[in-house]
Amino acid sequence: MSYVVQRLLTFPLILLGVSILVFVSIRLVPGDAITAMLGTEAGLLTPAQRESLAAYFGIDQPVWSQYLRWLGGLFQGDLGISSIYGKPVLTVILERFPLTLQLALMSMTISLCVGIPLGVLAATRNERPSDLVVRVLAMLGQSTPSFVIGILIIYVLSVFFGFVPAMGTFTPLFVDPLASIAQLIFPAITLGFAFAASVTRISRSAMLDVLSDDYVRTARSKGASPMSVIWRHALPNALIPVVTLCGVEFGYLLGGAVIVEQIFALPGLGRLVLDAITQRDYALVQGTILFIAFNFLVVNLLVDLAYVALDPRIRIGRR
Amino acid sequence: MTRLLSVRDLRVGFGQDPKANEVVKGVSFDLDAGQTLAIVGESGSGKSVSALSINRLVDFGGGRITGGSIELTRADGSVLDVTKADERTLLGIRGHDVGMIFQEPMTSLNPVHTVGAQIEEAFRLSKGLTGEQAHRASLDVLGRVRIPDAQSRLGYYPHQLSGGMRQRIMIAMALAASPRLLIADEPTTALDVTVQAQIMALLAELREETGMAMIFITHDIGLVAGIADRIMVMQNGVAVEQDEADRVLDAPQHDYTRHLLRAVPHFTSGAAVRGDSARPTASEPIVKVDDLVVRFPVGRAWFKPKGAIHAVDGVSFDLMAGETLAIVGESGCGKSTTARALLGLNTVTRGDIQVTSGRSGRPVQMVFQDPFASLNPRLNVEALLAEPAIANGQRLDADLRKRMAFLLDRVGLPQDALSRYPHQFSGGQRQRLCIARALMLNPDVVVLDEAVSALDVSVQARVLDLLIDLQHEFGLAYLFISHDMAVVERIAHRIAVMFAGQVVEIGNARAVLHEPQHSYTKRLIAAVPAVERRRQRFAVDMTQVPSLVRPAGYEPPAAQWREAGEDHRVRLEEQA
Repeated sequence: MSYVVQRLLTFPLILLGVSILVFVSIRLVPGDAITAMLGTEAGLLTPAQRESLAAYFGIDQPVWSQYLRWLGGLFQGDLGISSIYGKPVLTVILERFPLTLQLALMSMTISLCVGIPLGVLAATRNERPSDLVVRVLAMLGQSTPSFVIGILIIYVLSVFFGFVPAMGTFTPLFVDPLASIAQLIFPAITLGFAFAASVTRISRSAMLDVLSDDYVRTARSKGASPMSVIWRHALPNALIPVVTLCGVEFGYLLGGAVIVEQIFALPGLGRLVLDAITQRDYALVQGTILFIAFNFLVVNLLVDLAYVALDPRIRIGRR
Repeated sequence: MTRLLSVRDLRVGFGQDPKANEVVKGVSFDLDAGQTLAIVGESGSGKSVSALSINRLVDFGGGRITGGSIELTRADGSVLDVTKADERTLLGIRGHDVGMIFQEPMTSLNPVHTVGAQIEEAFRLSKGLTGEQAHRASLDVLGRVRIPDAQSRLGYYPHQLSGGMRQRIMIAMALAASPRLLIADEPTTALDVTVQAQIMALLAELREETGMAMIFITHDIGLVAGIADRIMVMQNGVAVEQDEADRVLDAPQHDYTRHLLRAVPHFTSGAAVRGDSARPTASEPIVKVDDLVVRFPVGRAWFKPKGAIHAVDGVSFDLMAGETLAIVGESGCGKSTTARALLGLNTVTRGDIQVTSGRSGRPVQMVFQDPFASLNPRLNVEALLAEPAIANGQRLDADLRKRMAFLLDRVGLPQDALSRYPHQFSGGQRQRLCIARALMLNPDVVVLDEAVSALDVSVQARVLDLLIDLQHEFGLAYLFISHDMAVVERIAHRIAVMFAGQVVEIGNARAVLHEPQHSYTKRLIAAVPAVERRRQRFAVDMTQVPSLVRPAGYEPPAAQWREAGEDHRVRLEEQA
């Protein structure tokens, strides 16, 4: 467990780096917050009004001083006030986060449930027709952009089935689980398509490696059935690269949600970042990206713990 | 005696066109119940493929039986042709009739399941035992393979056990099915020689206990001499000779069998040591190692190590020009660490290494164990040979090319080798390349770390001859690291025996091998298989190597030595 503590201690350092990067880079983008906020009406402001507005939002200070003030607030759990919503940034994020998290988890579940069996199937039928079909599908899945798949799904659903998934608002899972899952299932498929393809390819190649390992031969020499050889002896050993992939891809799933949320008009974290950037809501951009970075760190810690659960050799080596 | 197995004209091929790529080309043999057959041959002889065909595991390695029959008498007395059996029947054969143990105990157990789960699975598959019954059966079978403290061992993962222990677990798993035939595919090749002796003794005892038949596959004819009833010698997919074990060993008919028995290094207790061992007494040693200590810190607790692995602890020896000193010992005894320290490849905790590199300060060179891994596959031979010279500030000019050509010729490789790549050579040729590379700088001292261990036995003999020729020609001093007593006997002038990081006996090769004094040396030599000593029986001995991890600051007591003869020193053993 001391390992987990060690890892947790590195979190603040990484988050500090991320926050500096975000803080500086968003201020490098041309355009100012007040113009973005008020649109054409900003032209009607007198210079004095403009200055007092800037002072109100604290953007008249030098960047480093703004940063220190923001950092100071961060330590008190205060991410600042969103200029778009007029609410604390953390509140806005927490309103939007459940949707994105549920979307990412659903698409990850779907990808793993489709990708691992397909990969295993392809590996056991190496170089036979079913393997070739799976490999072509995987290649296709990886190379098709998610907006193409999303639009295709909406088109097929609405034109052939007369069904349009709920858009605009989101039914949370704890309010109506079925409706919630039904609403997100197609976005999740869209988002998970490429990931399922990667999972298929990785689990296929990992499985092929493992199937030629000595202990698989041992299992066969004991008279274990082909099913038992694959699922009990080979798969647990082949899962480690898949778990690694999950850790990396989870970040992309959170990020990739931007496009999918846009296509399906879902009020999630991705669209929040997009809106915040276009409207120069500095506090919101900083807060959201820091939040996503934090999630990414937590997921990768979980991935490392999953290794430990999967491979007893790591368990002992680490003490 | 009832016939258990009858193999007729077995042919096995690989690849897209198995008939065109046959590895086993018409092998026939019979095996009675309770009998032990040894199949002896070098790599590529088809010995493993023949054996793997009996339970059709060969299918999973890409092999196809292209002809012949394998008739197996099953437990109920029915006779089954394995070559025509379907997969369902084969599952029954693998689980019940034929058990198998493999060469690599390190990789043959599944790393993610406990050994208990793996043994219990074997009981479930063969006898349908589950839960408490399977658990009790597993405890029982661990006792039969002489694993102490079985209850806790069942909860271990394979990586927590030593190689010898893992091979016992493999044997336990095979025994779970109470097979009537046990196929052992080089089961001791990856193990230390004393562990090998224990596993062989165990297999012999189990055979008596259970009355099972065995097929024992090996490259070492000396190893099977004690256990086999019949011996079949294979070469290039054909059985060149098969008969009663004694007849094959005492009156071999085929040239290849004679070659395996005579040309290949076999241990003869010092009778085959080199006759040119005149140790020059007047000259100064070229290498002098004094009280060498190498420790690796382990287990950090707040910046200071909790303890250290005492890999090498107070080793001293010297090496004269033109002389071979062999360091022998089992894995983990510190012999390779000593060699690496000599080249500055690991940090020395304490001690003094003096290399009097003579005229030009030429560095010590090294040849490693694995000729496949120690040559960069992306460099051609010219680049490989030029590398040490270029690293020492020479230029790739006509002189250097002349030296390359000269050395290639001396190690017995053709001149056109220069433009070729490592994968285009066989294992023996690659090791010759490594030797040529080591000689590029015209060194005085060459360290050979298990330099012939990865080679086939008959290739071993030729590379050893080459090394001796080169030693005479260039006056080289060799530090020869090996676990193989038979090989050491052929090349060493002097021998240092290492155990648990310390030299326990050092001296003239004949004296050490013929009249070993230290209890470990005796044990080591007794464990070496030999055709002449095939009637000897070994007791199963569970002596474990002591742990080398010591608390921080620990210093071993100073070594006390005894002179056992001229140039023969023995470390005094602590009185227990």
